[in-house]
Amino acid sequence: MYSPAIIAEAVVNGLMTGAVYALIALGLTLVYGVLHIINFAHGALLTAAMFAVWSVYVVFGLDPYLAILPLTPLFFGLGYALQRFVIGPASHGSDSNILLVTLGLSIAVENALLAGFRSDTRTLNTDYGFQVVEIGPLLLSKPRLIGFGAAVLVTVLLWLLLSRTDTGKAIRAVAKEKLGASLVGINVAHVYAVTFGLGCACLAVAACLLMPTFYVNPRIGQAFVLVAFTIVVLGGMGSIPGALFGGLFIGVVESLCGLFLGDSLGQIGIFLIFILVLLVRPTGLFGAKA
Amino acid sequence: MTFRDIVPIIILVAFLALVPVFITANTVLNFLVFTLIVALAAQGWNILGGFGGQFSFGHAAFFGTGAYAAALLQARLGINPWTAFAIGSAAGGAVGWVIGYLSFRSGLRGSYFALVTLAFAEVLRILANAATFTGGAAGVLIKLDVRPENFQFESRGAFFWIALALVGAVLVLTRWIERSRFGAQLVAVRENEAAAKALGVDTLRVKLGAITLSGAVTAAAGCLYAQYFLYVDANIAYGTWISVEAILAPIIGGLGTVLGPLVGAVALHGLGEITKLAAGSVPGIDLMVFGALLVVAVAFAPDGILGLLRRLRRPIRSSGVSGHA
Amino acid sequence: MLEVQNATKRFGGLVAVNRASLKVAAGSITGLIGPNGAGKTTLFTLISGFERPTEGRVLFQGQDISRDEPHIRARHGIARTFQIVQPFAGLSVVENIAVGAHLRHAKRADAMARAEAVGHRVGLGPELGKSAASLTVAGRKRLELARALATEPKLLLLDEVLAGLNPSEIRDIIPVIHAIRDEGVTILMIEHVMQAVMNLCEQVYVLAQGLIIAEGPPTEVCDNPLVVEAYLGVGAAERLKRGSVHA
Repeated sequence: MYSPAIIAEAVVNGLMTGAVYALIALGLTLVYGVLHIINFAHGALLTAAMFAVWSVYVVFGLDPYLAILPLTPLFFGLGYALQRFVIGPASHGSDSNILLVTLGLSIAVENALLAGFRSDTRTLNTDYGFQVVEIGPLLLSKPRLIGFGAAVLVTVLLWLLLSRTDTGKAIRAVAKEKLGASLVGINVAHVYAVTFGLGCACLAVAACLLMPTFYVNPRIGQAFVLVAFTIVVLGGMGSIPGALFGGLFIGVVESLCGLFLGDSLGQIGIFLIFILVLLVRPTGLFGAKA
Repeated sequence: MTFRDIVPIIILVAFLALVPVFITANTVLNFLVFTLIVALAAQGWNILGGFGGQFSFGHAAFFGTGAYAAALLQARLGINPWTAFAIGSAAGGAVGWVIGYLSFRSGLRGSYFALVTLAFAEVLRILANAATFTGGAAGVLIKLDVRPENFQFESRGAFFWIALALVGAVLVLTRWIERSRFGAQLVAVRENEAAAKALGVDTLRVKLGAITLSGAVTAAAGCLYAQYFLYVDANIAYGTWISVEAILAPIIGGLGTVLGPLVGAVALHGLGEITKLAAGSVPGIDLMVFGALLVVAVAFAPDGILGLLRRLRRPIRSSGVSGHA
Repeated sequence: MLEVQNATKRFGGLVAVNRASLKVAAGSITGLIGPNGAGKTTLFTLISGFERPTEGRVLFQGQDISRDEPHIRARHGIARTFQIVQPFAGLSVVENIAVGAHLRHAKRADAMARAEAVGHRVGLGPELGKSAASLTVAGRKRLELARALATEPKLLLLDEVLAGLNPSEIRDIIPVIHAIRDEGVTILMIEHVMQAVMNLCEQVYVLAQGLIIAEGPPTEVCDNPLVVEAYLGVGAAERLKRGSVHA
């Protein structure tokens, strides 16, 4: 049926896509782990980041990999402000309100992009977009290989930030027990906003890594965000290693489903896993029992 | 529930029924029929989300099931559209029961429930888009055959009345829920599930009842949609747009109230038209406003338009008017 | 009326309730006391059905109900209150009580009438139309009691209904509990307020670290050295006897 080489290539391609998925899921899981909310605006913000990458390339000719340098802090700031001045105050501390506010944001952002950029699909034409690297019998896309490496690197950096720095300690304290954290003088609203900002910064990096090989249109975020939800649920809400392994796993599943079922049905494997995990073990494979 | 409970509903529906007598412009009637279809879908969402507190982000699953059932039963099996309408609504209820059974039995609630409903709607969308039986990406056309017994009418006014009659029927249904034991138990589940259990409420049964009713009502809206536009495809029927509209209307109008979804749907679509007039035909501009409005509503008007009206009225009528809507 | 036989509840490695047995006679007020973390509330969750015992059985009127869901037990006639009050915050006081009353009354009018009557009986008369969220702590405790009572139970499980109340509020509510029993409702109560336990209970069980360590009439139980040590630490009974413990 399929030769081992084709399957091996599908697996490796899946791993490379999965690493970027993991990066997107990382932002989501971080926000969930600390704020205990599901950020429905995550996909729309990813779309915004991808359009930002496209815009700086078209307007300033800035290479997408170099765009990481200005866009990451920019999106950190954006995320910080969104949580601090919109989501936090608007939701009055109620979980179902947060759900609705982030849903509202996602609709507003997505359609603002639609109004601004129209529904055309856009791509970047970099000179390295189609370069390949030969590893053994496999031909791998160079930009996707870079994406894989960078995504893993960012995951490690984020993990170090959380486990080694004071900010990381404060974030973990708030995640565990926000009342206690506020009693020892941690500014909870600030930590929430920083966390949300970090989540958005992950999106900016992911967007820069995606754009050399991917396209963008105003609805693109929806496709990614459902995959990211699946990864987060699979890896365990709030777990960083869970997001990485979940992302890689889902990337491979998607790639293999696409190979065996064809593109239009390929995504169904992901959703079925998603539903099954939610129904059977909503705490995920890495998450602690709630 | 007594007759007196539904008198205001009868008056309102009778008043609205006069609209096609005075307005015959097709664009306006189109707008009104579409608004009523959205209102009906939203009324379905409100039963589960407003009264039961279970926020579904995937009501497209029910809307699409209704729409596809109505279209396919006619186009593929030659079943009479009125019968197809009834079967389509029942199918929506059945899908509701299945999704509810799977997720409520696993104890899913809050964000998890929102996510799982979203995923079910996506699975159905992908399946409908890929299967040959559903016409794949090309969708299903219902043959044009304008006869009342075929659920197709010369005038848009007739369709308006049918949509209005359905919305009116669900207003009465919701009013009944508000005044019944089922409703009291449903609201108790929304407010505090553990306490409801301790008071003898079979919370699983109550939630299943709510999602089944909710699914059937939203599926009826889907059937109506298919019958009005005579065309269905996966991105319309199972698209996120209807999930979003079904959530927005009750929240803007007044969550967990009888009139909320209708008021919200009218307000939203009225605002959408105004935005389009003001901003020209920029795609997405109306939805952008809806999204922003949702944030503003949650922040400043948690009880929706009806809540704002009540607040305005209170200083004048200080005696405690406790009844909703 | 109620019999718990060798009930054990483990959460992972933690044994919250360890082979506890108790009996509650019909028409009695029975107390369940013990230091914090002894497993009293866990034992209540086993009786009311929110958790199932790892081992052992719960019998109600001679029938094994260990596996029944909470709402089934409520139908049998077991009602509980929560230590941390759980009002339906979005509803009015009378609507809160009506949810309980609906268990035995399908019609809204009947349930509301019943709810009003129960509300008056526990002293919530003036508060009936108010939002439940606006009640004081004492009011919320009464609401817990009223809702449970509105289900017309045979056995009422009261989990610290007096905690957080000031002495005059406690004095007001004690006769209400007496009156409930006098109408034929059997009561099992967890309580820390010893004055109330002495005043109300005929029989008391003492739970410490998951084990029932003593039972009997309240005055007897309080003199039991095991009980004193469970509360005050090893050797406390000795020191008390020698009169060397101050305050």
